[in-house]
Amino acid sequence: MKNYSTFRKILIYVVLIVFGIGFVLPFFWMISTSLKPLTQLFVHPPVWIPHPLNWGNYVHAVTEIEFFTQFKNSIIISGLSTIGVIISCPLAGYSFARLKWKWRDILFIITLAVMMVPFPVTMVPLFIIWSKVNLVGTFLPLIIPTFFGVPFFIFLMRQFFKQLPKDLEDAARIDGCNEFGIYFKIMLPLCQPALLTIGLFQFMMSWNDFLGPLIYLNDETSYTLQLGLQQFRQAQDTAWGPLMAASVLIALPVILLYFFVQKRFVKGITFGGVKG
Amino acid sequence: MIFSLLLHKKGLCWVSSHTNLSSKEKVNIKKGTSKKKYLSTESRRARAGYLFALPWIFGLLAFFAYPLLSSIYYSFTNYNIISETQWIGLDNYIALFKDDLFWKGISNTLLFALMQVPLSILVGVSLAILLNIPLIAQGVFRTVFFLPSLLPLIATTILWQWLLNPQFGLVNSLLGKIGIDGPAWLGSPVWSKPSLVIMTLWVLGNAVLIYLAGLQDISQEYYEASEIDGANWFQKAWNITLPLLTPVIFFNMIMGVINALQEFTLPYALTYGTGNPAESLLFYSMYLYNNAFMYMKMGYAAAMAWILFIVVMVVTLILFKTSGRWVFYQGDE
Repeated sequence: MKNYSTFRKILIYVVLIVFGIGFVLPFFWMISTSLKPLTQLFVHPPVWIPHPLNWGNYVHAVTEIEFFTQFKNSIIISGLSTIGVIISCPLAGYSFARLKWKWRDILFIITLAVMMVPFPVTMVPLFIIWSKVNLVGTFLPLIIPTFFGVPFFIFLMRQFFKQLPKDLEDAARIDGCNEFGIYFKIMLPLCQPALLTIGLFQFMMSWNDFLGPLIYLNDETSYTLQLGLQQFRQAQDTAWGPLMAASVLIALPVILLYFFVQKRFVKGITFGGVKG
Repeated sequence: MIFSLLLHKKGLCWVSSHTNLSSKEKVNIKKGTSKKKYLSTESRRARAGYLFALPWIFGLLAFFAYPLLSSIYYSFTNYNIISETQWIGLDNYIALFKDDLFWKGISNTLLFALMQVPLSILVGVSLAILLNIPLIAQGVFRTVFFLPSLLPLIATTILWQWLLNPQFGLVNSLLGKIGIDGPAWLGSPVWSKPSLVIMTLWVLGNAVLIYLAGLQDISQEYYEASEIDGANWFQKAWNITLPLLTPVIFFNMIMGVINALQEFTLPYALTYGTGNPAESLLFYSMYLYNNAFMYMKMGYAAAMAWILFIVVMVVTLILFKTSGRWVFYQGDE
């Protein structure tokens, strides 16, 4: 698909630009609204660029939500979950990809199958388990499961380990390296891009998660930013300026993190995760 | 525990059947004293395999298998955490079938899935094909379409609630400029679900990324061969790109259907769990959540969970069964 006539190229550009504007406009509107004073919100025609810029919305947002407490909570939950998947998922993925044992393949198929079990299906019994051990209200129900593995990330790690050359481990084995040595000294260092990928995904999933914290956290000081933002909107559902400011603040960390990490693993993210 | 026993046994079996050891040495092995010395590479790998998978096996049992199975039990009880649990047989299921909101949840969710899944495939594939064309500023375009999917869903819902505000929203004000009197969007029972679909299409970036990866896997040879045969752009897209992209489309379709059937955050955040206007946004998972955590009818919710599970399984199975007719794999004859 190389030879495009100039006319066709212009057509493609036009289509992309029109759609692109459609995709960017909401973002622009979010930032623009977050800087608007109240008097410029409910007017016709809409004000595109607020004048003067009203940074007060951001102050309002930060004081209205327990922003710094909840920021800390979100960081703790997302950070520890990320550590959890980085420890647990390569272990299982490696076992599925490169070690041979009875029932391995059946267990792998089961792992793929549970990937499709919707969370609402298991959330009631899970809540009952955590309430029986008195951990509802703490961060632990949101963190502990990641230390035992997340099916999708195990699948990704398996795909990654499968494509590493076999010679590596054979050489190490001849040199007298045992299985744990092979894993920790050779395989794990090689899969840094994959680890970065699943770590980033998990961080973003935890950061953006709503249903999990909604079930387990019941106190404003233990809320994550998502719950805090939802509570803020429920309390003042037409304070669009401060609401948009809060949204910008909550989105910014993941967006920055994404682009920071992405630079390091441009290839990692698409490594044949789809094909079986 | 079962697994550690098993691997123990397997190691021993292997040793006793494949090596000629004196009985004394065998006794040593059974005691586990000098076992390691005699294990072959293969059984050592098997042992490592079990050990490496052990945390996940525990996770699988504790956080997937047990909840799934125990919710069958809970669905036959009136479990509510506070008072004593009683076995009530099929009462929950019978009550569900008489519950208007249950049916409302099902029809809302199915309607939403029927709109959302085909549209997201159409838009996603089209965008991916456009973004795969080598252009100047290709990276900028890709970023533009991917960016929205990074936004936390709660922020997305607030933003779109403001954009779709019937009186002062940007969307209706732009529609007004071209002479269209915009609907009430989230305030209207008819337009509330399409509004939700628009939001999900805006955050399509992840699916587009997967389609792009699929497009890059298609071998250039097919295109070169077709060019020799004089195929035009459309013929190439229709006869090569699309058929060879079907495995990826199929993957995204399965995931899309499963996600649509369990949609929770968007309608919950937008309506604070009420599902209004006129319960048009009362989604199945939301009603399940309300039953479990607002009305504390956990047995009832467990019954709903099992019905959801069965529906998802049946739909997935049907999709898999029919996939043979329209999914093509590169290299297949």
